[in-house]
Amino acid sequence: MAKKQLVRVKVNGRDRQAEVEPRLLLIHFIREVLQLTGSHIGCDTSHCGACTVLLNGKPVKSCTMFAVQADEGEIITVEGLMQAGQLHPLQQGFKEEHGLQCGFCTPGMLMSCYALLKNNVKPSEEDIRWGISGNLCRCTGYQNIVRAVQFAANKMAEADKKPEMAEVAK
Amino acid sequence: MILKTSPEVCGMGHSMKRKEDLRFIQGKGNYVDDIHLPGMVYGQLVRSPYAHARIKSVNTENAKKLPGVLAVITGEDLAKANLAWMPTLSYDKQMVLATGKVLFQSQEVAFVVAEDRYTAADASELVEVEYEELPVLVDPKKAMDPDAPVLREDREQKNNHIFHWEVGDRKATEDVFQKAPVKASVHAFFPRCHPAPLETCGCVADFNAATGKLTVYMTSQAPHAHRTVFALVGGIPEQNIRVISPDIGGGFGNKVPVYPGYVCAIVASLTLSVPVKWIETRSENLQSTGFARDYHMTAEIAADRDGKMQALRVKTLADHGAFNAAAQPTKFPAGLFSICTGSYDYSQAFCEVDGVYTNKAPGGIAYRCSFRVTEAAYLIERVVDVLALELKMDPAELRRRNFIPSSKFPYKSCLGWTYDSGNYEAAMKLALDKIGYAELRKEQAEKREKGELMGIGISSFTEIVGAGPAHTFDILGIKMFDSCEIRIHPTGKAIARMGTKSQGQGHETTYAQIVAQELGIPANDVTVEEGDTDTAPYGLGTYASRSTPTSGAATAIAARRIREKAKKIAAFLLECSENDLEWEPGKFYVKGAPSKAKTIQEIAFAAYTNMPPGMEPGLEAVDYYDPPNLTFPFGTYVCVVDIDNGTGEVKVRRFVAVDDCGNIINPMIVEGQIHGGLTEGLAIAFMQQIDYDESGNVQGGSFQDYLLPTAVETPHWETDKTCTPSPHHPFGAKGVGESPNVGSPAAFVNAVVDAVAHLGVKHIDMPIAPWKLWQILKEKGVAA
Repeated sequence: MAKKQLVRVKVNGRDRQAEVEPRLLLIHFIREVLQLTGSHIGCDTSHCGACTVLLNGKPVKSCTMFAVQADEGEIITVEGLMQAGQLHPLQQGFKEEHGLQCGFCTPGMLMSCYALLKNNVKPSEEDIRWGISGNLCRCTGYQNIVRAVQFAANKMAEADKKPEMAEVAK
Repeated sequence: MILKTSPEVCGMGHSMKRKEDLRFIQGKGNYVDDIHLPGMVYGQLVRSPYAHARIKSVNTENAKKLPGVLAVITGEDLAKANLAWMPTLSYDKQMVLATGKVLFQSQEVAFVVAEDRYTAADASELVEVEYEELPVLVDPKKAMDPDAPVLREDREQKNNHIFHWEVGDRKATEDVFQKAPVKASVHAFFPRCHPAPLETCGCVADFNAATGKLTVYMTSQAPHAHRTVFALVGGIPEQNIRVISPDIGGGFGNKVPVYPGYVCAIVASLTLSVPVKWIETRSENLQSTGFARDYHMTAEIAADRDGKMQALRVKTLADHGAFNAAAQPTKFPAGLFSICTGSYDYSQAFCEVDGVYTNKAPGGIAYRCSFRVTEAAYLIERVVDVLALELKMDPAELRRRNFIPSSKFPYKSCLGWTYDSGNYEAAMKLALDKIGYAELRKEQAEKREKGELMGIGISSFTEIVGAGPAHTFDILGIKMFDSCEIRIHPTGKAIARMGTKSQGQGHETTYAQIVAQELGIPANDVTVEEGDTDTAPYGLGTYASRSTPTSGAATAIAARRIREKAKKIAAFLLECSENDLEWEPGKFYVKGAPSKAKTIQEIAFAAYTNMPPGMEPGLEAVDYYDPPNLTFPFGTYVCVVDIDNGTGEVKVRRFVAVDDCGNIINPMIVEGQIHGGLTEGLAIAFMQQIDYDESGNVQGGSFQDYLLPTAVETPHWETDKTCTPSPHHPFGAKGVGESPNVGSPAAFVNAVVDAVAHLGVKHIDMPIAPWKLWQILKEKGVAA
C-alpha cells in the first residue's frame, strides 16, 4: 500500500480532512470517508453522472478523480444545496415537476443543473438537454427534468427581482 | 367514475406531489450501498474471462496472504456445504460459484472478503484460476444441432434443449393458411438487452451469531420471495431471516432474480459473523445479471384480400444463456408470449417456443415487461405492418378492420386469454387525430417525390399484466397474490404496508391516495412502508405492472374492511342503526341529518377509547388479494421519423402516446411512467444491445458500448389517454408502468421501415443504429 496522503477540502462550507491512499477515488472519499452518501456510483466509467459534484465551482464526475486531486479544493454536493433550511429552487422544481422517480440519478443531476444555471440563467430547452447530457436517468425520460430546471430558472429570476429572496435562492 | 375527493384528502385522480421526493432531492435516500454497519467488510467476485472452459485449478493462497483479506470462498468450498448450486426461478439450477467448468464470460468463480473495497479488489486479482478452453456456442440455432457440444453436463438430458412450449390449434391454423389468399410473414429478432437500472445490484448480509438472526439488506423487487428462497436453500429457519429492501435505484426486472453475489455475501457473513457488503460494478451488472429478450421470432398472418386477418402462426427460438434463470410463472416457460394475437380478432392461432442453452449470461428476465409481452407486442405490431405492405393498404386502416370490437369484451382470445375490457378504435382515433395522420401521409408523399425519407409508425398494442390469479400463476410454487395491511392510529393517522416494493414507481404516494380515497384520511396522514419482511405482509413483489392490480386492490379492500368496522363504531357513537348511516369520504352521517356526523378521525379515536360493548379494540385490516383475472391495458402510439440519408441517423420528430390503463390513481405519476417507458423503448429500438462475438465475449459490457439515451437523443413525448376501467379490479385500474416500453419499440421500427418501404424494405432488426440503416440506404442506392 502506498503511503497515505493528507487531503484537505472544504465540503459544503465545512473544512474536512483525512489521510487517504493516493488511489482512493473522490467519490469513495465523499461517500465513505466523509459519509455524505447523497452522491452515487452508477457506472464507474464517467458515463452516467450519478457521482457529479462541484469542485471549485465546476461539475466533475467524482468516480473518475482521485481524492488527492481535490486537495485544497472546495466541493459542493447535493447535501449542500439547501440553504438556511430552505430547499434550493432546483430541489423544489424536481419535486413540483416530478423530475425524479427512483431518485438514484437525482443528486448528480441536481449538481449538473446547478452548474448549468450558474452559467446560463435563462436556458432554452435545448440548452438544458445539452447541459444534462452527461447525466443518465433511466426513469423519467428527461422531459420533467427539463421542466424542473425551467421551474428553477423562473423562480430564481423572480427572486432576483425581490432582493429579500435573493439570498435564499442563491 | 371515481368520486373526486378534496385536495386536502387527495384521493384518486389527484396529481399529488410525491411524498418520497423530499429525501431524494436532499441526498437523504437510503440505498443499499449507503448502508454502513459497524465492523462491515467487503466482498468481491472473481469472474471467468472465458465463455466456456474447464476449471483445472483454483489457487487462493496468494490472495489469502494479502493483509486485510479475511476469506476466499471457492465453488469447492460451497460444494462441501451443498451450496455450490442454487435453484433459479424457472426450476433450473445455477452455479453460485463455478465447479468443474464455466459456462459464460463473467461467471462467478470465487468470492474474496476483505476489510475494505480496495483490498478485496486487489485480492481478487491474486486468485489464480487455470482454465482449459472449450468450444463456445453463441448461436442458439447451432445449439440445437445434434452434434453441438452439450453445455450442461449436470443434466440428464444430453443436448442443449430446455423446453418446447406450444399453445393453440396447429392443425386448424394450418388449414386456414392453406386456403388463405394473402399471406405475410416476418423474421424478427428481438435482441438481448439489459434493464440497466442506474443502481446496480448489491447487498449487505449481516449474520448475528449471538441471536442467530440473518438480516439481508438487498436490491430486491421481491423481498418476501427472496427470504423464502434463502430459507429453503440455506436451511435457515425463515423467522431468523429478515430481508430489507431499502430505497431501490430502479429495477425494471433486473432485481427480481437471486444472484450468486447475494448468496456469497450471506455465506461469508455466516462464516465470519460480520456484516458483508457486496456491490456490483456496472460491468458485472451488464455482463452477468438478468438480461432480457433474445427471442428469434417468425410470425405469419393469413388474411383475405380485404385485409381481414384469419390466422396467426408464430415460431420462436429463445436463447436463455447458460442457465434458465428466467423470472416467470411456473406454467409459462415462455411467459405470457401467447398474448401475441394482440389487439386483433383472429379465429385461429398457433404459437410455439423452444428454449435453448448457449454460452451467455443466464436469464431472461422481464425487462419492464410482463413476462415476454414486449416480444409478443413487438412481433404482432411488426407483422401487421408487413401485411399492410403486402395488401398495399394503410396500416391504420388495416388495424381498424381487425381490432377486437369494443362490443366483444370480455373477449376470449383463441390462445386462451380473457381480455377484461378494451376500446382499441377509440385510442387509435385519438392518437391519429392528435398527430394529424392524414396530413402526415400527404407530406410523406411529397417528400418521397423529392427523395426525402420520412416515415410514420403505428403500434396499437395490448398488454397483459397484474399476475395472479393464483389458480394459474405461481413462482416456485408460491401463488401470485399480493397484500396490504392498514393500521389506523388513535389520532386518525395511518400506516399501510404492502407485499410489493417500489423502485421509483411512487408507491409511498399512490397507495396513500388509495387509502385516502377509501377512508377519507388525507393521503399526507398515511405512511406507506414496503420492503421489510419482518413488518410487511407477504407478497410476491413489484414487477410485471402488478402492484396496482394486486396490492393496490388489496389496499382498497383492506380499507373497505376498516370502513365496515368504522360504520359500526359510528352507529354506536351516533346512537342510531348502521342502516341509517351514509358515507362520504371522511365521515359517516345520519341520513337526512348531515350535521349528525362522525369523522373517520373521531371514529378512530373511539376505536381505542370508547368502542361499542363487545367489540374488539383497534382499527386495522389486512387483505391478501388474489385477482380473478389479469388486466389488459392498451393504447396506440404513433411515431414520425425523418432519416438523414447521409448518415443513416433517425430523428424522432414527433411521438404521440395514447394509453388506456383504466382508472388512474395519480395522473402525474402515470405520465411520468409513460415518459420513462417510452425512453427505454427508444433505447431498445435504436441503441441498446448485449451482443457477443464468436468466442462469447460480451460486446456491451459497459456504458461505453451499451448505449443509454441521454436527454439529447430523447425526443419530447406527447401523451394522452382514454379510460376503459377494468371491470374486475376493485377501483377499475389496470397498471401502466410497462405499457410504454411494451408498445413503443414497434412504433419506432414501423416508422423507420415505413420511411424506406417504397425501396422494397420490409423489416429491419433492432437496434437500428445509424451504420446499419446507412448500409441499407447505400444498398438501395439512396445514401447521400
